[in-house]
Amino acid sequence: MIVIVDYGMGNLLNVAKAFEYIGESVKITQDRKVVARADRLIVPGVGAFGDAVKELQQHDLFESIVDFVGTGRPCLGICLGLQLFLNESSESPGIPGLGIIDGKNILFAGKPFEGKDRLKVPHMGWNKVRIIQKTCPLFKTGVEDAFFYFVHSYYASVTNRAYIVGETEYGITFASMLWKDNVFATQFHPEKSQRVGLELLKGFAQL
Amino acid sequence: MLAKRIIPCLDVKEGRVVKGVNFVGLIDAGDPVECGKNYDEQGADELVFLDITASHEARSIMIKVVENVASCIFIPFTVGGGIKTIADIRDLLNAGSDKVSMNTSAVLDPDLVATSAARFGSQCIVVAIDAKRNQSGSWDVYTHGGRNRVDLDAIEWARNVEKAGAGEILLTSMDRDGTKDGYDLELTRAVSESVNIPVIASGGAGTLDHLVDVLLKARADAVLAASIFHYNEYTVADIKWHLKQHAICVRE
Repeated sequence: MIVIVDYGMGNLLNVAKAFEYIGESVKITQDRKVVARADRLIVPGVGAFGDAVKELQQHDLFESIVDFVGTGRPCLGICLGLQLFLNESSESPGIPGLGIIDGKNILFAGKPFEGKDRLKVPHMGWNKVRIIQKTCPLFKTGVEDAFFYFVHSYYASVTNRAYIVGETEYGITFASMLWKDNVFATQFHPEKSQRVGLELLKGFAQL
Repeated sequence: MLAKRIIPCLDVKEGRVVKGVNFVGLIDAGDPVECGKNYDEQGADELVFLDITASHEARSIMIKVVENVASCIFIPFTVGGGIKTIADIRDLLNAGSDKVSMNTSAVLDPDLVATSAARFGSQCIVVAIDAKRNQSGSWDVYTHGGRNRVDLDAIEWARNVEKAGAGEILLTSMDRDGTKDGYDLELTRAVSESVNIPVIASGGAGTLDHLVDVLLKARADAVLAASIFHYNEYTVADIKWHLKQHAICVRE
C-alpha cells in the first residue's frame, strides 16, 4: 500500500488520483501508525517550510517519517516534501528540517532575478530536468531529459552532489531531483507532469 | 529554461463547452472531458475551465465536471467562474482542480484573495483581470463578465492582488477578446513588467504570430486561447512548432 502523508499542507488528492490512474491503490493519512505500516511513503506538500515542520510536529509525524526512512522502504518527497528532507531553509531560519539528506533550501535571488528582464519568482511552469544519474531506479524504461511542472520559490542546495539525479536551469542550475538510498525526491510535481510524470510515479510504485 | 505555456481555455455552461466572442453569442462546442483529453494529448501545458453558468444550482454540475477531468488529465488545471467564498474554492480544489481563478469576487471582497492564499497557498490562487482601455490611455478593470466597469486601474489592481497573495494573473483584453486582431501587447507588457508573478495573456489570438508577439514583445509567461483551438484552426502542436521557429522555449 502506498501511503500519502497528510499533515494539512496542500492538495494531496491529485497525487492520489495520479497513482489511481496508473492502477495503484493509495491511502491518505494523518495517522502515524498507518505511516509506520506503509509499503511506500509519499511526502507531498505545498506552502511554507516552517509551517510544514510545525504541522508535522503537531500531527506527531515528524519522527514517523524519519523512522520510516530508517526501515529502508521507499519514500518519495514531492515539492515541499523534497525541501523538508533537507536540514533547513532560508524561508524559515532556525527551524530544522527532517535532515534525511544534507543540504539547505535557498530563495531564488541575485542578478538573474533583478531588473527589467528578470526571471520571476516563484519559478512556475514547465522546465527541463537534465538527468545526470540515469541509473536511478525510478526510471524503469530508458530515461531522457524532459520537461516537468514546477511551482516553487526556494531550491535545494545539497552538500553531496552524489545525491543529485536531475538538474534544472532557472537563473542558476539547481538540483531538481534527488536520490539517496531508499529516499527519492522531486522539486517538480510528477502528478502534474503528464506522461513523463506518471512514468516516474509508476517507477516508484514498482520499486 | 522555463517554457512558455500554451493554455487552451474552455468556457463551460451547464456542463458543456461553449465559445465566447466578446462575451456574447455563445455556440456549443463540445464535452469538457473529451475536449480536455484532446488538448492534453495535443500537448497543452495547462487547462483552464471557466464556468459561465449563471445559476447557483448549477455549481454541482461543474464540480462533477471538475472531478471527471481531474481523474484523467495530469497537467495543471484551473477552474474559474462564479467563485464567491472560501467554501467554493475548497470545493473546487477538493474536486481536483489545481488552481482557482477569481475575478468579480476578488474585486468585491478585498479579503478573499489574501484569505484564500493564506489558507490554500498562493500557487492555487489566480486572479483574472478583464481590462479595457479608457480615453486617457490607461486600462480600467471590469467585472461580471465584462459588463460592469469598476473604479480600478488595471496595473494598480494587478500589483495589489500580487501583494495580497495571488500566484498568477490571467489578463484579458476586453478590447481584443474575440476579435482575432491579436493580443493587446501594450496592456500585457505593462502588467507583466509591474508584477513578479506570471501573467497569462488572453483575448485576441487570431494567428500564430499573435502568440509570438505577446510572448516575445509583451513578455507574457503564457498564452490563453479558446477559439483558435476549438475549431481546429491550429493544434497545440502547430503552435509549439511555430513558436520554436521563433526561438521561444516550449515543452516538447
